[in-house]
Amino acid sequence: MRVNFTVNGRPQQADDVWEGESLLYVLRERLGLPGSKNACEQGECGSCTVRLDGVPVCSCLVAAGQAEGRDVVTVEGLADYARQRTQGEGEGTSLDAAQRWQAAGGTDSRTGEGGALAPIQQAFIDAGAVQCGFCTPGLLVASDELLERNPNPSDADIREALSGNLCRCTGYEKIMDAVRLAAARQSEGV
Amino acid sequence: MPANGAPTKITQGSHTKGGIGESTLRPDGTLKVTGEFAYSSDMWHEDMLWGQILRSTVAHAEIVSIDTSEALALPGVYAVMTYDDLPTEVKHYGLEIQDTPVLAHGKVRHHGEPVAIVAADHPETARRAAAKIKVDYRELPVVTDERTALAPDAVLVHEHRDDHHIGHVPHPNIVHRQPIVRGDAAAAAARADVIVRGEYTFGMQDQAFLGPESGLAVPEEDGGVHLYIATQWLHSDLRQIAPVLGLPEKKVRMTLAGVGGAFGGREDLSMQIHACLLALRTGKPVKIVYNRFESFFGHVHRHPAKLTYEHGATRDGKLTHVKCRIVLDGGAYASASPAVVGNASSLGVGPYVVDDVDIEAIALYTNNPPCGAMRGFGAVQACFAYEAQMDKLARELGLDPVEFRQRNAMEQGTLMPTGQPVDSPAPVAELLRRVKAMPLPPERQWESSEGADVRQLPGGLSNTTHGEGVVRGIGYAVGIKNVGFSEGFDDYSTAKVRMEVIAGEPVATVHTAMAEVGQGGVTVHAQIARSELGVSRVTIHPADTQVGSAGSTSASRQTYVTGGAVKNACELVRERVLEIGRRKFGSYHPAWATAELLLEGGKVVTDGGEALADLVDVLEGEAVEVEEEWRHRPTEAFDLRTGQGNGHVQYSFAAHRAVVEVDTELGLVKVIELACAQDVGKALNPLSVIGQIQGGTTQGLGVAVMEEIIVDPKTAKVRNPSFTDYLIPTILDTPTIPVDVLELADEHAPYGLRGIGEAPTLSSTPAVLAAIRNATGLELNRTPVRPEHLTGTA
Repeated sequence: MRVNFTVNGRPQQADDVWEGESLLYVLRERLGLPGSKNACEQGECGSCTVRLDGVPVCSCLVAAGQAEGRDVVTVEGLADYARQRTQGEGEGTSLDAAQRWQAAGGTDSRTGEGGALAPIQQAFIDAGAVQCGFCTPGLLVASDELLERNPNPSDADIREALSGNLCRCTGYEKIMDAVRLAAARQSEGV
Repeated sequence: MPANGAPTKITQGSHTKGGIGESTLRPDGTLKVTGEFAYSSDMWHEDMLWGQILRSTVAHAEIVSIDTSEALALPGVYAVMTYDDLPTEVKHYGLEIQDTPVLAHGKVRHHGEPVAIVAADHPETARRAAAKIKVDYRELPVVTDERTALAPDAVLVHEHRDDHHIGHVPHPNIVHRQPIVRGDAAAAAARADVIVRGEYTFGMQDQAFLGPESGLAVPEEDGGVHLYIATQWLHSDLRQIAPVLGLPEKKVRMTLAGVGGAFGGREDLSMQIHACLLALRTGKPVKIVYNRFESFFGHVHRHPAKLTYEHGATRDGKLTHVKCRIVLDGGAYASASPAVVGNASSLGVGPYVVDDVDIEAIALYTNNPPCGAMRGFGAVQACFAYEAQMDKLARELGLDPVEFRQRNAMEQGTLMPTGQPVDSPAPVAELLRRVKAMPLPPERQWESSEGADVRQLPGGLSNTTHGEGVVRGIGYAVGIKNVGFSEGFDDYSTAKVRMEVIAGEPVATVHTAMAEVGQGGVTVHAQIARSELGVSRVTIHPADTQVGSAGSTSASRQTYVTGGAVKNACELVRERVLEIGRRKFGSYHPAWATAELLLEGGKVVTDGGEALADLVDVLEGEAVEVEEEWRHRPTEAFDLRTGQGNGHVQYSFAAHRAVVEVDTELGLVKVIELACAQDVGKALNPLSVIGQIQGGTTQGLGVAVMEEIIVDPKTAKVRNPSFTDYLIPTILDTPTIPVDVLELADEHAPYGLRGIGEAPTLSSTPAVLAAIRNATGLELNRTPVRPEHLTGTA
């Protein structure tokens, strides 16, 4: 089957999709967006978390066909998504913005330098919340969504919001630090 | 040039920004937060096929027949391979003992053993094809524990052993046995005023790294193969893969793909050979990615253990003797079992002074899942048991448990049960003092003006209590872990360092085969190069087999050994750079010949701070490159009868204090805080050090209260191979983890550093258990503790 949906502000079309394929599989293997991770493929670890029409979901549990006509944001689009939210732009990406996206998003493939990061992405780096990094994309999407609806979360709020995202390396302390840091920077307008 | 292990004498690098001692950020951090970091499961190639493994559905059986015809007939299937299709006479592999079949031959020995492999054009096609392979099993009796393994009529898991341990083990179902006898434990027992005994059970823990076993094998024009793989040791994999493929090692090129955690679970091979076989058979790139279910079968686990201890002490609180017997279940194949036995026995007394010991550790062959390396490696199980014993003794003696431990704490100069002196700082009493001195978290934190915040109570949002029946407990523990490979292993690392001018700037390139699995070795290598070479720009070359071995990312050894190799190579590069400088500019300034010269801020400077030349000018038209192996001090094998020998190179210590709240009615535990104090020798990157300590602590917490692979004792089949049924700590289960880092230099180690990754995993578990015992008054001789153990309904 063919699936049409929007990913990170761009219309995408996947062909020859087998009906049993998950949204995660189509993103990773058909659209060249492997940022969403495949740690359990059974909805327990949160490493594949994406926004589906704004709602955080485990993309491994969403059949690709269910994404037809809908809006998906992955970790690859998180920086743009955060920027648009800050700038209050409407849905979709203008031609002008899309052209700028190419330039601004042009990261060095070896060092990753050069691309603008979302505040939550920068906070994860600064706080030491990244070790192996396999849980990181899902945690970033979930944390960004938390700070969008609750800019000033308590520690209990953070733990509740991120309880669906497993991390095996960090013991979560630096992840707590990163979310607190992003919230503080957000409230200071940094 | 300092010899191996000599302390740094010069002040080189102390002024360099981004050098050692700073919390510089990960060089791969940006790629990891943008989703661009390429993990092994992200590999993709035009025209690639997907591999799938068919695994045994029973634990112990003869294979009567395998019929692959229906699988081969399925459209989209390119190859199906069984044992009969293996290309050479080498059909087994293994870390130490080559007892593991690449594909099962005539027999399967554990649930989930690979029997056949399939390549197809879609992963689902490969799965369906594997399901169409018909395997006819004739089931055999299962060996599942010491009783069934060592019975007079026991079924032998391996009938024809010819490994180097068979000569000294008392039974062919014992992989390895290591006694350690020192002094006279029986005579010392007669002096004891108090003797306590205990039998302890440690459950089977899974590494549960998040990045599944995966990789991509690409056939090459010369008949070789290029494997992009997540592993802990590229060269160990290579040594095992190449003979099975019938290829010389130079035709098996290996590049480290992104590794999503390891914790010991990637020391053994998983899908490496299978992917290469299918790629060479089909002539197409083959990708294999396990799902979580398969991952539980695809790697070894932490050995479950039964531990029997006897401790004695005098009335004034001094240990008289320790007797113990540790039985580790190694499962169906040897993996790292012999080395785990060596650790369990040699570290079985813990960080205490005891002159009279009688220790025996064995690992069994059974039909349970194979067990091998996991963070803590044999020292974890022992620490759980000896720390429970120390609390029992303290209670019998009416002493404070911390005070009792401190009275018996080892220090620098103490002899290990192996007779080896501890020849660097061993601040065991101090770590206990520090962890006890940390402020306690306030009581009843769940209370608020709006009633109980159930999120902070045992049971959480299940809303099982608002504080009724909740009791607080506090527990302490301390542990000892060896650093580096032991028992005479040639534990070296190789580093290649290049220095040259690129775009008008001096740049250092560090190339090693070190597996970066998340620990931050790449960060530290760049810091070392900056400190040693006085440059700001350092490039970390991707890890591959084009450079010599870096040894394993295991045993808390990489910063010590590969870090030591990078330091050593940088020092050699620095000498060569200075030689060039002397040749080019020596005649302009007498200091070139007379002063101690340093590389700082892109310049050659004297130790008095006078700049002599820019590195750009020194290196103009000349690149300097050094590739060199580096070794720590050699170790010795343990005597097979007495266990005596200088078997370890360095020890690492951590202490924990756990604060728990237990809903005593429902048996639910909430760990409120898990404080840790650890000596790290020298924190090369403080942020990463604390991250390692907190992560290790949390894995110890997991096996205290939730993590256990359940194996059916009748069938030896795994019951819970999923994250639905095998639980690891979430952010809600994990408390705050305050960390106190002590830096007492080990003069034998580079920069005085101490390997840090594993020690915090040891004492975390017994501290939590002690706190639960403190809250409930229960004995609790097994871990993990489940609600039924706390409510008397087990």
